[in-house]
Amino acid sequence: MKARHKRFAIIGGGLASLGIAAFFVLNALNSNIALFFTPTQIAAGEAPKDRVFRVGGLVKTGTVQRNEMTIRFVVTDTAKEVPVAFTGILPDLFKEGKGVVAQGKMGPNGQFIASEVLAKHDENYMPPEAKHAVDQAGKTAKTLMQ
Amino acid sequence: MNNKIIHWFKFGSPQSFYPLAGKMLPWFVALAVILGIAGLWLGLFVAPTDATQGEGYRIIFIHVAASWMSMFLYAVMAFWAGIGLALNTRLSSMMASAIAPTGALMAFLSLWTGALWGKPMWGTWWVWDARLTSELILLFLYLGFIALQAAIDEPRRADKAGAILALVGVVNVPIIAFSVKWWNTLHQGASISMTKAPSMAVTMLWGMLLMALCLWMYSIAMTLMRVRAIILERERHSDWVKHAVE
Repeated sequence: MKARHKRFAIIGGGLASLGIAAFFVLNALNSNIALFFTPTQIAAGEAPKDRVFRVGGLVKTGTVQRNEMTIRFVVTDTAKEVPVAFTGILPDLFKEGKGVVAQGKMGPNGQFIASEVLAKHDENYMPPEAKHAVDQAGKTAKTLMQ
Repeated sequence: MNNKIIHWFKFGSPQSFYPLAGKMLPWFVALAVILGIAGLWLGLFVAPTDATQGEGYRIIFIHVAASWMSMFLYAVMAFWAGIGLALNTRLSSMMASAIAPTGALMAFLSLWTGALWGKPMWGTWWVWDARLTSELILLFLYLGFIALQAAIDEPRRADKAGAILALVGVVNVPIIAFSVKWWNTLHQGASISMTKAPSMAVTMLWGMLLMALCLWMYSIAMTLMRVRAIILERERHSDWVKHAVE
């Protein structure tokens, strides 16, 4: 084995072991790296009790209620739901049926008291006409099913 | 066959690469300008408004391209640094040093444009989610690489120290790429992937791809320009440089 082959082997081996180490570290930190808890995780008691954390999911359609400055809505991951109350200004992309991440604490009556609400955008980009067509198709499908 | 290999490795020497880089440079600059004009025209004037984000989505024409380049350039930098470490070839290490500032610029652009977009869309400039944090680490890796090399006076030792840092940091690149898949993040998932059709309108996609190509050409041009300067600086005691400068 020539010296340079040896150096290649050392670099390759080093990178491989580093990769494996990184994999284990990230695996161990998995729950800490996640930005938010889903309603299902909260229902299973995985979220911290008396500490600030984030809940993420979709704003359930038809649940947004405005009462002066306080906004109430339900965050769902289609399996479980968490009711959220928030006083403040919502981001532009906050919409029913769209993604949302709220930061705050769990209240005594199972309601999540948010201090900050962020909108989560999805990966779809389309012009308004295309969006309109998609919405229309969705509505037609719904009417047909009824 | 044998002839071809020798011919190829000829450009591994700084002396023969210097004029070659000089010849290639104007072509890449021209391509970058043309692709940039085409991409910006398509992105800012032709591409339709986004249904939910309005005009603000147009950030993607620089943000996505810069983010891709920041990751790709890091991989290329680590590759050349590794080759330089293993084969002791001077030009490879010079290439790694030449790539670093452009890579840092791309990482910075990605973070900066992302923050500008995040404030109106998400409602925050910054959030410590996996995608944003790992991209910030990438910027720090670039800056660390540059600082480490600048701190060591002897070029060959600086190359070696930098190469080890660059190789260790390469672990971060797949973490950035897959962060939105592995963990839940505020940052959205990929709009373009190998396995499914892109989830965006065609003109938007073309604007984005042209801008990505533009930044490729820009990065190559800047790297060639910088590597020429590094070659002259490091080889300044050799005869051919004295000739070339005169």
